[in-house]
Amino acid sequence: MRMDITDFYDTFFEEAEELLADMERHLLELDVDEPDTEQLNAIFRAAHSIKGGAGTFGFDILQKTTHLFENLLDHTRKGELTLRRDIVDTFLETKDMLSDQLDAYRNGDEPDQEAFERICRTLQQIALEEIGQDLDGGAAAPPKPAAAPKEPEPESREADGEAGEGDQLVVALLNVGEKDRQLLVEELAQLGDVVAQGGDESRYEVTLASSVSGDDIEAVMCFIIDADQIQIRSVGNDQAAQTEELAEAVKSADAPQPKPADEPAKTAAGKAAVDQKAASASAAAKPKTKPKAKSGGESTSIRVSVDKVDQIINLVGELIITQSMLDQTVSEMDVGSDGALLNGMSLLQRNARDLQEAVMSIRMIPMDFVFSRFPRVVRETAGKLGKEIELVTEGESTELDKSLTERIIDPLTHLVRNSLDHGIEPPDVREAAGKPRTGKLILSAKHQGGNIIIEVIDDGAGLNRDRLLSKARENGLPVSDAMSDDEVWQLIFAPGFSTAKEVTDVSGRGVGMDVVKRNIQGMGGHVQIMSRPGEGTTIRIVLPLTLAILDGMSIKVGSEMFILPLSAVLESLQPAKADLYAMAGDDVVLKVRDEYLPVVAVHDALDVPDAKTELTETIAVIVQGEGRRYALLVDDLVGQQQVVVKNLETNYRKVPGVSAATILGDGSVALILDITGLHRLSRAKKERRRPERGSHSLEVLSDKALSDNALETSS
Amino acid sequence: MNTSNDAALAAAEAHNREFLVFSLGDEEYAVDILKVQEIRGYENVTRIANAPDFIKGVTNLRGVIVPIVDLRIKFHLDKVEYGGQTVVIVVNVEDRVVGIVVDGVSDVMTLAPDQIKPAPEFGVTLSSDFLSGLGSLEDRMLVIVDIDKLLTSDEMELVERVAE
Repeated sequence: MRMDITDFYDTFFEEAEELLADMERHLLELDVDEPDTEQLNAIFRAAHSIKGGAGTFGFDILQKTTHLFENLLDHTRKGELTLRRDIVDTFLETKDMLSDQLDAYRNGDEPDQEAFERICRTLQQIALEEIGQDLDGGAAAPPKPAAAPKEPEPESREADGEAGEGDQLVVALLNVGEKDRQLLVEELAQLGDVVAQGGDESRYEVTLASSVSGDDIEAVMCFIIDADQIQIRSVGNDQAAQTEELAEAVKSADAPQPKPADEPAKTAAGKAAVDQKAASASAAAKPKTKPKAKSGGESTSIRVSVDKVDQIINLVGELIITQSMLDQTVSEMDVGSDGALLNGMSLLQRNARDLQEAVMSIRMIPMDFVFSRFPRVVRETAGKLGKEIELVTEGESTELDKSLTERIIDPLTHLVRNSLDHGIEPPDVREAAGKPRTGKLILSAKHQGGNIIIEVIDDGAGLNRDRLLSKARENGLPVSDAMSDDEVWQLIFAPGFSTAKEVTDVSGRGVGMDVVKRNIQGMGGHVQIMSRPGEGTTIRIVLPLTLAILDGMSIKVGSEMFILPLSAVLESLQPAKADLYAMAGDDVVLKVRDEYLPVVAVHDALDVPDAKTELTETIAVIVQGEGRRYALLVDDLVGQQQVVVKNLETNYRKVPGVSAATILGDGSVALILDITGLHRLSRAKKERRRPERGSHSLEVLSDKALSDNALETSS
Repeated sequence: MNTSNDAALAAAEAHNREFLVFSLGDEEYAVDILKVQEIRGYENVTRIANAPDFIKGVTNLRGVIVPIVDLRIKFHLDKVEYGGQTVVIVVNVEDRVVGIVVDGVSDVMTLAPDQIKPAPEFGVTLSSDFLSGLGSLEDRMLVIVDIDKLLTSDEMELVERVAE
């Protein structure tokens, strides 16, 4: 059996991505003046591990880039390279480049050669300028400045040859099952010649003649088994150093048996081997610290594909539906005093709900996933704009559905950039206004009911009402001075709207804010803005926690059942004749308190037969969609229930006025209404009807309405 | 438009194929049995507003929302009734699940390649593009429907085109 190495690609990509994220976090936290050795080591290790994997999978460019980077980092952690802010910036740039390369490989492309050469030059330049060294030392071996320089020429070449080809490593696999072991041995055979192998499941040793360093081998095998299942030592190595390193786990019985044949090579190769040892000292630090962290972390989390999770969620959804079906059947049965059955049913209901909640929580990931990328954004944007900004994040542990966290990143980045650019003033201006020079940007997340609230708060100048209004007039938007602050603030979401005096490369082109709003609405959320002149602006995003289940209100029109998203429902009432007004032909508005709301008759928009057409007999549900309110006319309110959202597009297509479907307790399908879509639909219908007026009851109404200005109904 | 027929014939030549035979009115049609997922009764279909009349709506197939198409309406048959005999053939086409309403399912038949004749150019309601051929079986004639092409065609309005 031969397993294709490409099967491990995905694992590598995922791990590399995490390593890069770690790297970035450490780089950002790094104190330039007094770098923490642990952090430098962590950054180095990340680069090193990626290099190892890249080498194995033949990702040349990635390997070369990480190699240069790693060498530079090596000098840094040894204190030979003094860090500066611009060097850290270069490191961050390199990290971005690595991400790009990784993406390219993941998509089966070759990375951008030009960018690769540029970053290599930059790294080389730093090395030359700062430490006067070329980085292109050995391509595979770690730099060895002290590598046997005193040895006579011929011998040293021989030593190199020995170290390159003749060096033997004993790789011990601990507690590895037979299937994995076969794979690993095959994997090892790719890296060098397998000289000997043997042992049992608890400890299986493979002696390998290879030029690959021990930690590279470890890096490769870590994609299949865990780091603490591998022990690597080179044969003919200094025993003392070895026992120190490995003794904790390995009994001396297993100590290497130096073969006589190795002796001659030992003196020559020993030096190189020791050198390698020094390199793996970094790896030694890893096995020492990692097992502790890992043994804790391993049992608490596993990596599972989203597909599997979604499958479970779907199945649980089915279970819930089956349970409600059963419930309905039982309630219709004459069970009378059959307490056991009723008890069982209520227990089943509770368990099913608990199960559903537990399963849904699998998809939830903390907002830290989103927030953790903002230190970088803020640092760079602030640098470009010459502003001093402190970023505070709150509520990082607040959880949100994974699909939503991924989709919120772009809009949120845009809002943050916007706040930095337009919100927070330059340091001098702030000082003049009596505020601290350093601006403050707060990113916060919290749960409220079934929603998550994400806020971007700045302590900048706030929005300028007059400027927004005058700009809106310039753009030809319908505005008046009487508009409420809230309405004025919403203007910034109008397409092509920008109040920036000059366009910077950060923001101000007027594209974007409307996209932000659309994206958030696409996720079933909305945006609110609060602003006070001189004190700052708060932009609040309200999102549902998940798109997979929905709190719905079931309504009946004719004999058909529909679901309205409960979050959109404000109130419901029986419309009184006096509150209904006909407008401009066949439009009808409903007066609710001081507001006139457009009336959307569901039966009309969706052609439902046998629905109530007498307006005063229907029920008006006041709903909100995309910031506007409508009065939906329905026949009956049935009740509230949580429904599992099912996509209509999977097997069919998008239906106007309908956002999705769900399955009711009786097993039938009900459509979930899309409020704004419904309104559009009903308008389009009226539009189409206009040329051939006269057939519909509303037509009659409006004629009558003209005479007495109050709405009479007829059917 | 003979190329598709030729291709279908070429594929059929390899070996005999099995077809599910169903009836629409007095006519007999056949679909490749490998496309058929299951056969079930016609019940509990939720109407979709503003859809063409031959799209009866959607139904719940063990948690999956499946559109139901009535081929009798699509093919302009005179008599469209829903009764105990009315069945829905659930087919898999291009990763989609679609139910088609027919008057009845009769049997499964094996046709040798030489029993399948190319479909002649005809049909205003049923373009020969959507046919794999005509199966002849003693005195019976089966219209072999290329269900993939038919259900994903623009005129069925089941699939949203990217251009939209």
